[in-house]
Amino acid sequence: MRLDTNRDRTLPILGAVLLAVIVFGPLLPKWALFLLTIAIAKGLVSLGLMLQLRAGLVSFGQALYYCIGGYTAGSLGRYFNISDMLLQMICGAFAAVFVALILGLLLARYRGIFYGLLSMALSMILYGLLAKSESLGSTDGINILPSTVFGIRPSQEWLRYVVIVTGCSVAVFATALVHRYLKTPLGRLAPAIKDNEIRVEYMGASVRQAIYVKYVIAAALSGIGGALAATAVGHIDPDMAYWTTSGEFIFITILAGTRSVAAPFLGAMIFEIIRTVAFDISPNTWQMTLGISLLLVIVFLPEGLWSLFGRRKAG
Amino acid sequence: MHSLRKLATAVAAALALAPVSVLAQDAAPVKIGVVAFLSGAAASPFGVPARNAAELVIELMNAGKAPAPYDTKGFGGSKIETVIIDESGGTTTQVTEFRNLVQRHNVDLVIGYISSSSCVGIAPVAEELKMLTNFFDCGTPRIFEDASYKYVFRTSPTSTMDSVGAALYLKDAKPKMKSIAGINQNYAWGQDSWVDFEASMKQLMPKIEVKMSQMPKLFAGQYNAEISTLLGSKADAIHSSFWDGDLEALILQAAPRGLFKKSTGVLTTGETAMYKLAKQIPDGTILGARGPFGPYAPDNAYNRWLVKEFQERYLVPPTYPSYQMAQAIMGVKLAWEKAQAANGGKRPSKEQVAAALENSTFEGPGGTVKMAIGKGHQAIMETAYGMSKVVGGKMTVTKVKRYPAEMVNPPEGVKSADWIKGGFKK
Repeated sequence: MRLDTNRDRTLPILGAVLLAVIVFGPLLPKWALFLLTIAIAKGLVSLGLMLQLRAGLVSFGQALYYCIGGYTAGSLGRYFNISDMLLQMICGAFAAVFVALILGLLLARYRGIFYGLLSMALSMILYGLLAKSESLGSTDGINILPSTVFGIRPSQEWLRYVVIVTGCSVAVFATALVHRYLKTPLGRLAPAIKDNEIRVEYMGASVRQAIYVKYVIAAALSGIGGALAATAVGHIDPDMAYWTTSGEFIFITILAGTRSVAAPFLGAMIFEIIRTVAFDISPNTWQMTLGISLLLVIVFLPEGLWSLFGRRKAG
Repeated sequence: MHSLRKLATAVAAALALAPVSVLAQDAAPVKIGVVAFLSGAAASPFGVPARNAAELVIELMNAGKAPAPYDTKGFGGSKIETVIIDESGGTTTQVTEFRNLVQRHNVDLVIGYISSSSCVGIAPVAEELKMLTNFFDCGTPRIFEDASYKYVFRTSPTSTMDSVGAALYLKDAKPKMKSIAGINQNYAWGQDSWVDFEASMKQLMPKIEVKMSQMPKLFAGQYNAEISTLLGSKADAIHSSFWDGDLEALILQAAPRGLFKKSTGVLTTGETAMYKLAKQIPDGTILGARGPFGPYAPDNAYNRWLVKEFQERYLVPPTYPSYQMAQAIMGVKLAWEKAQAANGGKRPSKEQVAAALENSTFEGPGGTVKMAIGKGHQAIMETAYGMSKVVGGKMTVTKVKRYPAEMVNPPEGVKSADWIKGGFKK
């Protein structure tokens, strides 16, 4: 695994990205700032998916926690008049973790297609519940308050910049923690679980515990991502939990590859760029453009876009 | 010889081009972002007819071939250019693409949005970016009831009008009726439509018995179980706000079992399916078109113009999304030109156009549009309902009744739900 090499530059790279966003942010056009903010939010969710994918598990329902994060952020504004985006992201993560601690007990028992479909079923249950709740706007969703940071509401001119810098800081911090986690014995178990579960158990480690922990971490990341997307977009609706949203996250994760914790963010950025370009040049067939690009990546870069950057393993 | 001819051509070309470029400088084009579903379930019934209407109307306006007072070229002499965007992909994608329209394509205004969730999501963003935005189709009354906007408009009536109009017509057509039931899709549109219809019926006929409300999920496709329960309920009338594929499936599956023969069907968007399913819709089914559009459109110059041009180009008559798109463009054009005239003939600012559109009244292919509620940002129109009747194999509507705008829309400052519960006070 690339992550295990001694010359690991991940943390400096993450720091450099944050610095670049802070320094070059004001120079970028505002639409690009927004696009990047959404890419960061989606990248966080995909990072959670990547954690599971490294253990050979594909969740078709990661949107569940994305939606929980979004609705937590929205509810804070609607019922408690809180629009601080840091608080929203923290509460989004906690709400997601709370649910994941319970659902994880169930899901950690399943593998393969059962894991995928059960996770999708759970997220569709949330979709169904939200679509029926008229006080939360049913399928039309609700708007949430404009973002503030530490009680300050930035002017219109700087709002997008403040949102991306705050979001990026939280994302970089969370990603660094995930990177640390992947270096712990529990984190290193993932590829072993993927290869041979019985052998992992025989060595004395608990596979179920390892998967449970990954599931909860993935939920926390998705909760943060959901809250960030909600505060940036200013609107939440049950589509956040719909299976096609989960599909988008899987798309990004496969596009990116699992070689680095930074890969999902690159994947999300490329995804958003391809999508917006496809919207421009072929408004009738943009989905096809997306599909073809994923196919090309799968055929020519089976380990994802990140394999363009990493050196091939010797031997 | 050869070079002489080249020189002559160049000079001629320069001469020919010169006045054009001067003109172009005088009137920079007006760039309109047009957003409608181009993929997914809502594309063929709503998105594509709306996009077709937009392309047709804008092309004719650029050529100065629309009926007066819309006969000036483009918008006040400036050519109209469009950027067309698909509405699919969810609200996050739509908000991203709206920002791209404004900040990357530098459009002057945006006309679009069919889904109410798009509208709810876009409205505050339009306000943030100070972008003149006209919603042409989405139905939820929440947009201007929960907030007020400076740059956001909707030149089509809300879904409240459809439900209230249907209830009024049903009462007029079947005054001795005793019970109703409903089958609506389980999402915001279906829920709102039924809630408004049920509340209106209870106001208009306090003794009415509500037998049941079926809420199958959106795009379920199979309604045999619901049809059985509806048949069992023996309700006198059955309300449905189903649209397109679901509506057709319901009509097709109900036909062999005679559901709409035993109970009067009240199909609030029935117009979109009436020609295709002429054989399956029993005579006497109440059909709506979300306003005075399609078969209910008044016989005015704009309607004749739209029907003729649309039929000629696309070989089908325009349905209500086409009408709504046409009137959305017409309303903005008129406001633009009014603002331009007030600005001494110079290109108006967004604020000036918004001020001109606010509280304005204009005539379109569906008749008079009054921007009367939502602080002058939300349109009201009269509405019409009628009953299906097949004449010589062709579907027509009979017993058409029209209801004035003030009768089927709440007055300024009153929320739709409160207005219905309060007994439709003017």
